[in-house]
Amino acid sequence: MTKTKQTTKTTFRLPIGPIHPALKEPVMFEFEIDGEKIVDVGVRLGHVHRAIEWAGTRRNPIQILYLAERICGICSYCHPMSFALAVERIADIQVPERAEYLRVIQAELERICSHILWAGVAAHEIGFDSVLFLTWEMREKALDLTEYLTGNRITKGITMIGGVRRDITPDMHPKIRETLRYFKEHFEKLRHIFLDDKTVRMRCQGAGVLTKEHALGLCAVGPTTRASGVKKDVRCDQPYFAFGDLEFDYITPDVLTGEVNGDVYDRVIVRLLEVKQSIDLIEQCLDKMPSGDIVSEPKLAKLLSQLKKARGEGIGRMEAPRGEVIHYVRLTENDAPFAWKVRAPTYNNILPWIPMLKGQQIADIPIVAASTDPCMSCTNRVAVVHQNNRYTLTGEDLHKMSIRKTRRMQQ
Amino acid sequence: MTNHTILTPEQLVQSFQEKFSTDITNPRIERRTSGIKKIEFVHIWMNVSNNAFKDAIKHLISLHPSPHFAVASGYDLGDTIELVYHFSLYYGLTHKEISLNMTVPLPKTNPVIDTITDLIPGALISEQEKQEMLGVVVKGIPTNTRVFISDDFPENMYPWRRDETGPASQVRNLHEVKK
Repeated sequence: MTKTKQTTKTTFRLPIGPIHPALKEPVMFEFEIDGEKIVDVGVRLGHVHRAIEWAGTRRNPIQILYLAERICGICSYCHPMSFALAVERIADIQVPERAEYLRVIQAELERICSHILWAGVAAHEIGFDSVLFLTWEMREKALDLTEYLTGNRITKGITMIGGVRRDITPDMHPKIRETLRYFKEHFEKLRHIFLDDKTVRMRCQGAGVLTKEHALGLCAVGPTTRASGVKKDVRCDQPYFAFGDLEFDYITPDVLTGEVNGDVYDRVIVRLLEVKQSIDLIEQCLDKMPSGDIVSEPKLAKLLSQLKKARGEGIGRMEAPRGEVIHYVRLTENDAPFAWKVRAPTYNNILPWIPMLKGQQIADIPIVAASTDPCMSCTNRVAVVHQNNRYTLTGEDLHKMSIRKTRRMQQ
Repeated sequence: MTNHTILTPEQLVQSFQEKFSTDITNPRIERRTSGIKKIEFVHIWMNVSNNAFKDAIKHLISLHPSPHFAVASGYDLGDTIELVYHFSLYYGLTHKEISLNMTVPLPKTNPVIDTITDLIPGALISEQEKQEMLGVVVKGIPTNTRVFISDDFPENMYPWRRDETGPASQVRNLHEVKK
């Protein structure tokens, strides 16, 4: 007589985070797994909460510029700029035209650096480490240019309320054009690696799909939402700086392929096309650069007293590499703002992770999460608890699972 | 994309005022320009009273099927807590996007507001944040956990408040600790 074993099929919970190599920002996921498939996703945030907004209520607006720069390393230009936009609108400060063009050049240069960094990380998640090295070597050229223009590679310190702090004089243009030429020559190589490779297609097409309805309902922003066919780009929608003067359009995947699927492959397409768009925008700015001042009020003491008289509330929105950044500022009779609210784009792109990951496999978690380009990078381990057995999957293991899937698909 | 009519800022404000009369106060339309071509952009601000808030959002959705919800800011004014919901309409049409900011004042003795996650699912994280940072109670919120503050942070302490429930005791001034 055979003994029948009574087993109950059940899902088990896989917590990933708060710190994990697949995620560039510490965030806590709890996945419900059935075999290898993800059934449900729960998200918790707050692991890098540094009370920056609270610190801002104790500093004057110029000090806040430097504080805002350190909210994020990769979008270190967008936060102080959005804050400056909000304050300029409250205080009715007119930014000189030359400064608006300079601001565009810096913004697009940051976009190039960020998208190329992302391309390397996405390749690494799939398992193509040599592409990581290749793209980050290209990024070095962009960072060298940033250092030449601003003095720093990452936290540029170029923002000032009313303009920018450093000029781009005509003798600097040859170096800029040389770097842009380098990118144009190598862009085709990058495009060929990412879009023509069979394995990249197999891993990315059909993975992590975000439908247009979900993108609209969850208010996703940036390349994540444009890849799902939603045309949201603050530069085109509500022009700031000099974007209203420049010729460019929304980038959605149908520009290249003629169709919109909303998967990881579409996000790769959107980001690569945006690099090309940024190169074109910088060239347009260099050609059309007007003459004039680079800042509305160069003396800081005078600027501070002007800001102290400002009253009211305002918002500053701009299109960071990851999406819309919005800052809300309220100024009263004190030196420091009464209220300052920062919203980085990744926070709007966290909820879309849930529909993207449902139905996917565990090995797809790194590439799908990385495809929305969340904002920082760390490593740690993952604990899987199944009934009474507890075993640990290190970050290394999860990454290896992702690579093993690639090798399996290549056979 | 444009299966709804594009209203001018004045028409937008008027449509709210016609529907909600005294519940909409202090409307402001700010027009600014940027660049050499002086392309114009518009920010609309209005105060919406709490009891009309949910209907105002429904009205907004009738004007534009998927308004973009950016974030909800909030601050403590002493006796009231004001939440500012930042929306934007008409994205996707070059140079036509309008920002609409709705300020909702809540009395500190009863800071309860309706959730809008049934209409705009993307508002969830922002509403959770207001609950933990300001002590606002969002009626009907689907997930009632903390989102930005860790679980071991004291209960009934609200970091953005400026009264006795503020975070003063949690602040570590290094110069006082002599580190």
